[in-house]
Amino acid sequence: MMTPAGTAAPGARPMPGAGAAWAGAGAPGAPVLEVQDVHVRFPLARDWRGRPVVHAHALNGVSLQVRRGEAFGIVGESGCGKSTLAAVLMGLLRPTEGGLRRPPRADGRPADVQIVFQDPQSSLDPRLPAWRVIVEPLVAAGGLKAVGSRGRDGAARRVRPGKAALRARADALARQVGLRPEQLDRYVHEFSGGQRQRIAIARALAPDPDVIVLDEPTSALDVSVQAQILNLLRELRRAHGLTYVLISHNVSVVRHLCDRVAVMYLGQVVEQGPAAQVLESPRHPYTRELLDAVPRLDRPWPEDAPATPAELPGNTVLPQGCFFRGRCPWATTGCDRPQMLLARPDAPLHAYRCHVAGTR
Amino acid sequence: MSVDRTDPVIGRRPGGLLAGALDSGALYNGAPDVGVLGGGTLDSGVADSVGAAEPVLEIRDLSLEFPVFGGAVRALGGVSLRVMPGEIVGVVGESGSGKSVTAMAALRLLPPGGYRVTGGGLRLCGEDVLAASEARMRQWRGRRAAMIFQEPMTALNPTRRIGDQLTGVLRAHHRLGRREALERAGALLRDMMIPDPARTLRAYPFELSGGMRQRVMAAMAFSCDPALLIADEPTTALDVTVQRQVLQLLRHRARERGTAILFITHDMAVVSQFCDRVYVMYAGTVVEQGPTGRVLDAPRHPYTRGLLDGLPERAAPGADLAAIPGRVPDMRRPPAGCVFFDRCAFADEACRQRPALRSLADAESGAGPGIASERRAACWHPLAPELAAQPEEDA
Repeated sequence: MMTPAGTAAPGARPMPGAGAAWAGAGAPGAPVLEVQDVHVRFPLARDWRGRPVVHAHALNGVSLQVRRGEAFGIVGESGCGKSTLAAVLMGLLRPTEGGLRRPPRADGRPADVQIVFQDPQSSLDPRLPAWRVIVEPLVAAGGLKAVGSRGRDGAARRVRPGKAALRARADALARQVGLRPEQLDRYVHEFSGGQRQRIAIARALAPDPDVIVLDEPTSALDVSVQAQILNLLRELRRAHGLTYVLISHNVSVVRHLCDRVAVMYLGQVVEQGPAAQVLESPRHPYTRELLDAVPRLDRPWPEDAPATPAELPGNTVLPQGCFFRGRCPWATTGCDRPQMLLARPDAPLHAYRCHVAGTR
Repeated sequence: MSVDRTDPVIGRRPGGLLAGALDSGALYNGAPDVGVLGGGTLDSGVADSVGAAEPVLEIRDLSLEFPVFGGAVRALGGVSLRVMPGEIVGVVGESGSGKSVTAMAALRLLPPGGYRVTGGGLRLCGEDVLAASEARMRQWRGRRAAMIFQEPMTALNPTRRIGDQLTGVLRAHHRLGRREALERAGALLRDMMIPDPARTLRAYPFELSGGMRQRVMAAMAFSCDPALLIADEPTTALDVTVQRQVLQLLRHRARERGTAILFITHDMAVVSQFCDRVYVMYAGTVVEQGPTGRVLDAPRHPYTRGLLDGLPERAAPGADLAAIPGRVPDMRRPPAGCVFFDRCAFADEACRQRPALRSLADAESGAGPGIASERRAACWHPLAPELAAQPEEDA
């Protein structure tokens, strides 16, 4: 029987907080976004009756919980499912199995999730002036929250604000992200890459979201601009107590920004825990391989003969047992059984999906 | 055409200035320890054996601009750069620094008529590139210098099988039959550690993964045994594990054949792990050059220092990153003085004059004035070596 991720086995503790009640959803540390054993399959080929016969298995049992006020990092290589997971977290994609839970906020609406994409050039409307781009989510969501005024059902009433009010909101947001309000009449293409990403961040901030998903926010930027944007993100988080889900292939960016991190491989979380623990003393063999390949300053690669390149296995046919078995240097007996994401008693916050790693 | 003067055996260059150096010395094959970065080996070993040799690529004070409406954008403002046989040289810089233009200019791949060379010159294996005829350039491209681009999907023809494309290159430069060419192509793929060459030869580019495509590109680039391989961000689109494999393959193969690599990238960490020497470019000029280890350990130009300090791995988690304030100058109106003037913390009156790329008395370099150990910076106030030295964080 395939056991979903996160289920406990004898001798090991389940991930703490996994079954925590939703009470106190507004407090820091309370879960604000949770996925439970999510599977996503995309049909690739269909038979003559239109029934899918081949699937791409993008997510294969991901369970995780984002807590209010934290920065949660998701690391992995292309094809590991991190962007699919972002789409699920955003509510843009319905999981094939499993579910997304967003605890209700004080006003009764589900937690609001906004996103900042990698490439602001293609994710911002080129035909709107920057200030309209920034307040677009407010207009799309049906106006601003009217402070203090409540409708008959007790929920905060939303009013459709006038142009002046929207412009004022855009100016305030622009100041927060380090743009000058007078620049906002320009169009997006008139800004530099770093400024465009600032606009994207301002837009994500506009509806006062509970969670901001950052999907490779600095990958398209130069190093010096990346530093500016990372500083801005940290500063905004400090000032507003924001919750981030940072999706990146850049391990050092995740290390810099995140409190907790999950490492993904082939649609599964293979290791999860506090960023310092996972990224400085990784336990899972894949995490080790990944971190080992990250280019580091001052540490030249040895000049010996290169290793035979390994490819990420395809996700149309999932491997039996441990997904990493085919590439794993430690593969041994027992690896043909599905592995579970388990924390060991010595480090209860640090979980990994490998039965060998615990013994080494 | 004089193309077919060559002998059919691939792997031996036709007689020429470079052939002697490579055949006799087999530079890197001969010296066992060469390539250990930062050590003394590189400087002593290579500088001596190479000192007399002729550079495969020599760019001298090249200035180049792109005409635009009502003016011109200065892409290169006096770039000097030299690649010796068998060396791996990095060019690192941010977008707009002119690093790709330098690479394209070296093979004269910029759109004819779309640019103007306003000064300086460049020589490939001792011969002038700017004055060469187009027919001659076609001969040189692939044979003297080959190029790998960032996006293999756009560099490969999507409608033709890998085998056709590889044999096409081989047969354009060598007198080879179809079958012989196909055999050579298979061997080239095997050298790039492609597991099933026969199947890959029959595949179309879209059927291969990104890492495979880039290895096919590398096989194609090495197919005519060039003296110089220009790699323009070859692994930027790849994952780190694949990037490492591709780069190690490239380096292994280059060392084996004595091929020099000009490696264009924005990633300081990759440079530090892959290159023997590095040029740091900013706004169309070289601001600093030297052996990789020294430049990255103790940068002397404020821009290099700023680039390194902006890396998240340099900062303690949670600490603010040291970002370089401001932005790159508008190269339609290039600054008259130092290009880094408005962003530099050390700028003063002297910096209104343009600093030349001057040799630094690099105390710790030790080695003689060999090319490999030459350390230069274009700055009136180079950072003192002791000030520039980074605190060891993860020692």
